[in-house]
Amino acid sequence: MARMKFLCDAERCIECNGCVTACKQENDIPWGVNRRRVVTINDGVPGERSISVACMHCSDAPCMAVCPVDCFYRSEEGVVLHDKDLCIGCGYCFYACPFGAPQFPQAGAFGVRGKMDKCTFCAGGPEPDNSEAEYKKYGRNRLAEGKLPACAEMCSTKALLGGDGDTIAEIYRQRATTRGKGSEVWGWSTAYGRPEAPKAPAAAPGGKS
Amino acid sequence: MNKLMRLMGLVSGAMAAVMLAGCGERPQVMEYKQGKYQGKPDEAPYVAAPFNGNKDMWERDIRNRTQNQNEYRRIGT
Repeated sequence: MARMKFLCDAERCIECNGCVTACKQENDIPWGVNRRRVVTINDGVPGERSISVACMHCSDAPCMAVCPVDCFYRSEEGVVLHDKDLCIGCGYCFYACPFGAPQFPQAGAFGVRGKMDKCTFCAGGPEPDNSEAEYKKYGRNRLAEGKLPACAEMCSTKALLGGDGDTIAEIYRQRATTRGKGSEVWGWSTAYGRPEAPKAPAAAPGGKS
Repeated sequence: MNKLMRLMGLVSGAMAAVMLAGCGERPQVMEYKQGKYQGKPDEAPYVAAPFNGNKDMWERDIRNRTQNQNEYRRIGT
């Protein structure tokens, strides 16, 4: 199995925030912490696009590089996780992350930051799988139950795909070639193209290349 | 004089006890290795029940589940 990844299809996302709600519900996330958010570009303008954003479980994660206590690790499946017992809540990871994934619960009235919380790809953390300690600190471990992240599985339009990187890339490739658009996105050939695949439809005139 | 000697003996005994207590102190700073994960080890998702270490079964289940997100596969084209 390759690496676990998320992929959001901007052509399909309808900004329903179902993924945000599913995440909150599944992991019992406190008020003020959003492991997942829906971002809309050109809101209200015809042609607006929305994408669902959370931790992208980077292959070369900047949060991991800047953490002064080295509390991050990458699981066998490529999921970036962290040990909350070690986290000092310094916030370096928040500054390093290009997606704004690390979240900090406000523990007091004077802006005291709690320990960092972020999307775990529903893979829990460094506690015994599906134990109470794991649920309290990191949320549900759906991967250990043979399930995928709740946000992706709950997505009504299947805009948000989650799972093995190769498999979801294949799903997206089939989708884009069937509907005839979507392959004009930047990095298509890097992320989804493959030499033996049928040729992707040509980009619309004036579109991105 | 005797009282003073006894008091000094008590004080030095107490001081020795306090200082020796430090020898039993556990190190409070973790052994830091630059760039290496310092936390607790985590087990793979297929180790515990219901997969009980069967990695192939887990991978198959995840792959099938991932295909549930593919309408072209699920309901046909």
